[in-house]
Amino acid sequence: MSALVIAALLLLAWAPAAAAQTRGGVFRPKNSESMPLPQLGSALYDANCASCHGGDGRGITSTNRPPGSGDVKGLGPSLRGVGALAVDFYLRTGYMPLDDPHSEPERRRVQFSDREIRAVIRHVDSFEPGPPVPRPSPESGNLAEGLKLFTEHCAGCHQVVAQGGVVTGARVPPLEDATATQIAQAVRIGPYLMPKFSEKDISDSELDSIVAYVLKSKHPDDRGGWGIGSVGPIPEGIVTWFLAATAFLGLVAVIGKRAGS
Amino acid sequence: MKRLWRWLVALVALLLGGRGHEEEGREPERVVAPKEPDRGAETVVIVALFLAALAAVGFIVIYAIDPVDSRTQLLGIALGLCFALVAGALILIGKRLVPTEEIDEPYPEPENPDEQEEIARTFEESASGLTRKGLLLAAGGAAGTAIGAAALTPALSLGPALDTKGFYETPWRRGRRLVDSDGRPLRAEDITTETFYTAYPEGAKRDKVGSPVVVVRLPANELELPPARSGWAPRGIVAYSKVCTHAACAVSLYRKPTFPTVQPRRALVCPCHYSTFDPATGGSVIFGPAGRPLPQLPLLVDDAGELRAAGNFSAPVGPSWSGVRSGEPT
Repeated sequence: MSALVIAALLLLAWAPAAAAQTRGGVFRPKNSESMPLPQLGSALYDANCASCHGGDGRGITSTNRPPGSGDVKGLGPSLRGVGALAVDFYLRTGYMPLDDPHSEPERRRVQFSDREIRAVIRHVDSFEPGPPVPRPSPESGNLAEGLKLFTEHCAGCHQVVAQGGVVTGARVPPLEDATATQIAQAVRIGPYLMPKFSEKDISDSELDSIVAYVLKSKHPDDRGGWGIGSVGPIPEGIVTWFLAATAFLGLVAVIGKRAGS
Repeated sequence: MKRLWRWLVALVALLLGGRGHEEEGREPERVVAPKEPDRGAETVVIVALFLAALAAVGFIVIYAIDPVDSRTQLLGIALGLCFALVAGALILIGKRLVPTEEIDEPYPEPENPDEQEEIARTFEESASGLTRKGLLLAAGGAAGTAIGAAALTPALSLGPALDTKGFYETPWRRGRRLVDSDGRPLRAEDITTETFYTAYPEGAKRDKVGSPVVVVRLPANELELPPARSGWAPRGIVAYSKVCTHAACAVSLYRKPTFPTVQPRRALVCPCHYSTFDPATGGSVIFGPAGRPLPQLPLLVDDAGELRAAGNFSAPVGPSWSGVRSGEPT
């Protein structure tokens, strides 16, 4: 019996690890360390990105094309004009490269080194230049304004404590691992199903406040000392009822004892 | 349930019992030791029960009054007070008005008529220490009736029974401008296809269920509005009530695919129960518990390039109820 339990536990522990190992991995040229940036970017792009985004960065919108490297049936949006803003975000969150163009990108181990990422950005920019990586300054943001803006624009999907959730057809990521730059990038890009917010919708100074709030939400100020996941009144209510029920049972036992004696 | 019924029968027997036997000249030997009437405790019990009835009536009154601050707290206090008073009265009855006796022996077989008689008499005689049975019964009845009525009152919230006119009213009229949360008018050229906007009617109350709308812009080739609504989306901009037709949560999620070829199509999603509406086809339900489409607000762009309503909603706004389809928004 206990052997069975141990086997089941091992299987449980092994399953996510196995799932993480199915990804195709990254193809890189042999002498990538010494290669000049332009050549390195071109080689990395052709090997890892072009099967979905096209060799010229125009994207692939038809499934009729022959499979590219790693037998991936290419399907992907155009990368012309997306700039360092998007390339830096997708590569540094591990969203790209994606094994299957039909699956939702999610945060994973970063597949490229810093130098390789700079090389790919350079190559994508060579198709058509795009916006640079934003440099938010959360220290100049206003936390109260950030909470208000986050509630208005972001909390519908990400929850007010930035723990993520679901929208029909997709998972909404928690923001606990997002850096200040990545939060700003995501707001401006609108990755996957997320709406994109221009500077007219959310100004740079408002964005600073939002970033400040999200960074703060990683370490919430739990009054009373117990956050209970910071996910709202229902779990808090369940815990309260559990404690209250225990107290009431104790009270009942005391009354019963006194009445019996 | 059965046990509860038996308890109720026992209580009624306890209070009603002993009536016809009092006039008999020869008192049979008592089973329960006689108890001195305690008129003071009795008075307290009667007063407590009437106060409980009053508290329950108070619950109904608070429920009925519409604009009252901290209503939830007052409702809780009224009902809590009511139950506390009833509990107190019951404790007093048990401690002071009826004698307590512990029976160590197992209950006798029900077939034995002598013992049955004895049990019946136990009940009858237990109540003989009460002097104002009628009043006590009236107080208990009043408390019970009022609590029952208080418990049933919230059922009114299930649906408006009489005055439903307000449910069809919205502040939107032809020509009314759409403004953002800071009161600035929405300009058609500022509305992009990449995101969503929340707008309110200019100069009207924003907390009315018919006020907030969600505005999105769709590429011309994605719009599939019904023919009757062909002019409702100038430049591909559509507006829908932001209040979900299921349970009235704010429809605050917008699915905007980065690459529509492999990603779920555009949709407005309600975060409460994931009702999903299609902005391209007039707000039709594509997933979830909502029973009817999001009401659409026809739009027009004025000479200054600002968005205005071109009329009222396509259907009554807010959560669905029994008569929601039988009226038009006014």
